[in-house]
Amino acid sequence: MTGKNRLNGGLIDRSTSFGFTFDGVRYSGCAGDTLASALLANGVRLMGRSFKYHRPRGPMTSGSEEPNAIVELRSGARKEPNTRATTAELFDGLVANSQNRWPSLKWDAMAINDLFSPFLTAGFYYKTFMWPKAFWEKLYEPIIRRAAGLGSLGHDPDPDSYDKGFLHCDLLIIGAGPAGLAAALTAGESGARVILADEDFVLGGRLIADTGMLADEDGAAWAAETVARLNSMPNVRVMSRSTVIGAFDHGIYGMVERVSDHLPEPAPGKPRQILWRVYSKRAILAGGATERPIVFENNDRPGIMLASAMRAYANRWAVSTGSAVAVFTNNDDGHRTAADLVSKGVKTTVIDTRPDAPDTADYETLAGASVTNTQGRLGLTAIEVTLSSGTTRSLTIDGLGVSGGWNPNVHLTCHQRGRPQWDEKLAAFIPGGTLPSGLSVAGAASGAFSTHAALQTGQAAAVQALGDLGVKSSTPDLPTAEDAPIRVTPFWHVAGAKRAWVDQQNDVTAKDIKLAHQENFRSVEHLKRYTTLGMATDQGKTSNIAGLAIMADVAGKQIPEVGTTIFRPPYTPVAMGVLAGRSRDKTFRPVRKTPSHYWAEEQGAVFVEVGMWMRAQWFPQPGETHWRQSVDREVLQTRKSVGVCDCTTLGKIDVQGTDAAEFLNKVYANGFAKLPVGKTRYGLMLREDGIAMDDGTAARLADDHFVVTTTTANAVPVYRHMEFVRQCLFPDMDVQLISTTEAWAQYAVAGPNSRKLLQKIVDPEFDISNDGFPFMACGEITVCGGLRARLFRISFSGELAFEIAVPTRYGDALMRRLMEEGKEFDVVPYGLEALGVMRIEKGHAAGNELNGTTTANNLGMGRMVSKAKDSIGSKLSERPGLNEADALKLVGLKPVNSDDKVVAGAHLMTKGTPVDAAHDQGYITSACFSPNLGCHIGLGYLKSGDTRIGEIVRLVSPLTGVDHEVEVVSAHFVDPEGERLRA
Amino acid sequence: MIINHPILGPRDAAEFVYKGDASLINRPDPQSDNAAERFYEYGYLRDNPAGLHRELWFHEQGDRSWLVVTRDTTTHEITKVELARDVARAEGRSR
Repeated sequence: MTGKNRLNGGLIDRSTSFGFTFDGVRYSGCAGDTLASALLANGVRLMGRSFKYHRPRGPMTSGSEEPNAIVELRSGARKEPNTRATTAELFDGLVANSQNRWPSLKWDAMAINDLFSPFLTAGFYYKTFMWPKAFWEKLYEPIIRRAAGLGSLGHDPDPDSYDKGFLHCDLLIIGAGPAGLAAALTAGESGARVILADEDFVLGGRLIADTGMLADEDGAAWAAETVARLNSMPNVRVMSRSTVIGAFDHGIYGMVERVSDHLPEPAPGKPRQILWRVYSKRAILAGGATERPIVFENNDRPGIMLASAMRAYANRWAVSTGSAVAVFTNNDDGHRTAADLVSKGVKTTVIDTRPDAPDTADYETLAGASVTNTQGRLGLTAIEVTLSSGTTRSLTIDGLGVSGGWNPNVHLTCHQRGRPQWDEKLAAFIPGGTLPSGLSVAGAASGAFSTHAALQTGQAAAVQALGDLGVKSSTPDLPTAEDAPIRVTPFWHVAGAKRAWVDQQNDVTAKDIKLAHQENFRSVEHLKRYTTLGMATDQGKTSNIAGLAIMADVAGKQIPEVGTTIFRPPYTPVAMGVLAGRSRDKTFRPVRKTPSHYWAEEQGAVFVEVGMWMRAQWFPQPGETHWRQSVDREVLQTRKSVGVCDCTTLGKIDVQGTDAAEFLNKVYANGFAKLPVGKTRYGLMLREDGIAMDDGTAARLADDHFVVTTTTANAVPVYRHMEFVRQCLFPDMDVQLISTTEAWAQYAVAGPNSRKLLQKIVDPEFDISNDGFPFMACGEITVCGGLRARLFRISFSGELAFEIAVPTRYGDALMRRLMEEGKEFDVVPYGLEALGVMRIEKGHAAGNELNGTTTANNLGMGRMVSKAKDSIGSKLSERPGLNEADALKLVGLKPVNSDDKVVAGAHLMTKGTPVDAAHDQGYITSACFSPNLGCHIGLGYLKSGDTRIGEIVRLVSPLTGVDHEVEVVSAHFVDPEGERLRA
Repeated sequence: MIINHPILGPRDAAEFVYKGDASLINRPDPQSDNAAERFYEYGYLRDNPAGLHRELWFHEQGDRSWLVVTRDTTTHEITKVELARDVARAEGRSR
C-alpha cells in the first residue's frame, strides 16, 4: 500500500511504486500521483507556510490554480522553487522541500508575523517603511524579502536544455475535457489539421476526476478511448503536459510543453521543456472551470480545500482527504462531492447555505447553515457551524470541502481585448467583449457546465470553426451525459469574518479588502494593487471573484457594477529557461567572425565584440605586458613601414543601375554624379532631419556600378535606409542594392611601404604606382596569379594606404600571404585599438563624432552639403538652430602639460568661468595616447572651435576629478597637409 | 502578428522591422516655396490614431521589400498590405 489514506480504485498504477522525500522524510507513492496526492495519501496535509503571515497551509486544489502547496523540487542545479505540489508529477527519487519556513515547517519562527497581523494589513509596507527614506533599500527591503518570500534558487547553471518550436494547424483546441475531446473528435474526423493541448498528464479534464458524468459508461474510460482514437489519426496531434499560456495576435498561441518535468532528468538529447509558437487558423478554448471557495473565519487550515479537489483526490488518485469530512456549499455541485465521498465510505456532512438545500438520506445536510470558525494549529480538527436557527454546533472533522460555485476559465479570452461579463444565473463571469480573433469558447469555459452541454458545445464549436474554413464536418456520435441544471445561490463570505483568507497565496484577508475600501481604494484595479489581491503567481484564480464580491458588498454595489480585472499571459507561471530557449551562454546570440579570425587567434590576438563581430583589438608580442605597448608598437610600425588590418566588418553595399549615381546623390549630402569611373569619394549621409547618420566611401567601378561602404555599426540601418529611399521615395529610379558585407574580405594595408607590399601580390598587368593608381583610385584587379580582387586607394590612418578586397573564402589565405610577403618590411598586423589611435591622430570622425546629435556643420563639413542638388537631410540641415554662430565645431585638443590625460566625455570650459552647464563650451568625443606625439590627444566639439585654434581651455570632468588645461589645435595632428596620403 | 506579404504570403511579424507612418512616403518637393515648413511637418508631425493606421514595415529577414501595412492600432487587425513602391507610384512619386 502507498499510504494510510489510500482508497480503492483511481487512475494510479499501484504496481509502480515511487519512493520520494518531503522535507527529508521518505514516503512512497504510485505512478500517476502528483506530489500533493502522494503526500495526502501518506497523511501529510501541511505542505507550506503562507507568504506573509507564515500560516500553516496545505493544498487547496488539485490542479494548476493552487495557491498554497508551493514547494521546492529537486536539488542542486536542478532545484526548482515555487512549484505546485498539485501539478508536480511524482517520479522515483523525487526530492521535495517546503519553503518559506525556518527552522522547520512545523516550527516556523516567522509565524510570529501571524501574531502581529493587526499591524500587517493592506498597505502596511507603504505606510510603515516610508521613513527614513534611505532605510528602504538598505534595511527594510532585505528584511522583508527574507521574511516574506517564496522559494530559493539553486545557484548553479541549469544543466538542462530548453527548445523553441513552431506548430501550424487549422484548429487548436485548448483543453481536453469533455468539450475539448468532443471538438477534437469532430474536427479530427473531418480531416482538418488539429492540435489538442492539455496541461495535465492524463487527458479528460473532469471526466477523470468525477463520477456519473456519462450515462452508459465510465467517463475516464471514454476519455482514454477517445484519446487513443485521436492518437490514431495522422491529422491530429494530441499534446499532454502542454499549457497554452497566451493568446496573441492573428491566431498565434504560446504553449509550454513540459517534456521532461516528470522524469528525474531529461532523456539524452531531449529538452526539459519546449516553448511552442502555435499558428492556428481557428482555436477553441475548452479550458473548463475552476471551483471557487467561500470566505469564512480561519478558512485556510490544512485539510480545508475545494470540494471538487476532494472529489478529484478520491476519484482520480484514490486518496481520502479526511476520516470525517464536511462539505460547505452554496450550490448543488457540493453535494456531488458528498455523494462521492459517502460512496467511498467516508462519513460526510453537508453544510449548505441555502435554506432549500436538497436533502438525501445518504448523509446529513444542514440547510441554511454556514461555517463560522475552524480549529487545528497545523491542520483542521474541528469546525464551528452556525445553524439556520442561529445556534452553533461543533463538528469534529479533519477534512472540509468548500464549494462556492464555479468560475469559467476565461483567462485566454482576456489576453487581447476581451472583458468577461457577469452571468446572473451562473453567478459567474463568462467570456465577453471581443475575443482574440478566431477564438471561440466551449464547455464549462463558456458557462456550459453540464457534461452534456460541454460535449455538445464542443462539437458545435468545432463544426462552426471548420465551417469558417470551408471544411465540411460530420458529427460523430457522442455519449449520453448528465445534464444537471446549475443551481447556485451566491454566497461569497460569512458575514463578520475578519481573519478570513480571500487570496491565500498573497495572504489577503476579507478585512484587508474592507480596509482598502475604507481608505478609498475603490476602483477594482486600485483594490488589486493596494491589497495585492490576485497578484501572486496564481493570478487569483481562486480568489478574484470572492474579492470582488466582498468589495461590492462593502460598497453597496452589485458585482457587475464593480467590474473585474482581466488576465494577462502567461496562464500559469513559465520558467525563464524556456523563454530563453537555446539563447544562453555562448549561444545567446550568434557571433560573426572576420575572415582573418582564425589566423588572428593563432597570433594570440585579443578580441573585442563590435556589434556581433569579434574583432582583433591588438596583437600582443612576447615581452609586452601592457596593452599600450602592443598598440603603440602597431601604430609606430605602421606609420614607419606597413601594417595590415582586417576591415571586413565595414558595411558594403553594391549599388547598380543606370540611376546609381543619381541615387547616391540623393542619399549622400555631397555630390556623386560627376565622380569618374575608377575613383572613390568620401560620402556623408544625413538623416532627413539634418543630423549626420553615417559616413563612408563610394567607389565607382563602372558608370552604373558603385560600391558603398558604411561604418561597422550602421551597416544594417544604412542599408535599410537606402532601400527606403529607393522603394518609397524614388520608386522609378533604375537602381538595385544588395549588401555584400560578407561576400568580400577586406584588408587595409597602410604605411609608407604599403605599395611595395601590394606590388608583390598584385598581378603585374595592374599598375598601382602613384601615377597609375593615384590617391582615391579604385579598380577591379587580380592578385596572386588571377584571383579577382578590388583595390581602393583610401586611407583611414592618414598614411599611404590601400584597402584590398577578395572573395571571402580567400580572406584567410590573403592575410597569411600579406604577412609572408611583408616580412621584408617588418609588416605588423594592427587591431582595432591602433586603428582608432591612427584615425584620431589624423582627425577622422567615427561613431563617437557621428553620435546622433551632430551635423555636417559641427563636423566641419558644412560646405560638403551640396546646395546644387536635393539630398536627404539637406533641407532640414539649413534650420537656423543647427547653424548658430557659436555652433560646436570639431577640433583637436592637446594637454598643455604633456603628462596630463585627455579624457573622453570630459567637458571643455573657457578659462576663468564657473564650471557649470551654463558655461559649458563643448566636450571630448575621442581620446587616446598618441605614440607619434608622445602625449594624450583628443577630438572634441567646441563652440566656435574653428576660430579658437591656439586657445587654452579647461578640460574638466568633475566625476573623475579631472581639471587641467588643454590647447585647441587642428584635428589633424599628423600630416595636416595630407602629403603621405598622396605619396 | 502575421503580415500577409503581397508576394510571399503570410509571414511572421518577427521577420519585419517597423518604421512608422506611411506618410513618410510623401516627402515634400524641396523646390516648393514653403519647403522648409513642409519638411518640418514631414519630419515631425504625425497623426497617432486609435484605429486604422497605414504604416511602413521592412521585410528585413525576407525579400527586403518595404510594405505599407494598414493596421488597426486597437486590435492589430491588418486589413491591407501593399508594396510601398506601388503606393509611392500611386501617390505620384513616379518621375
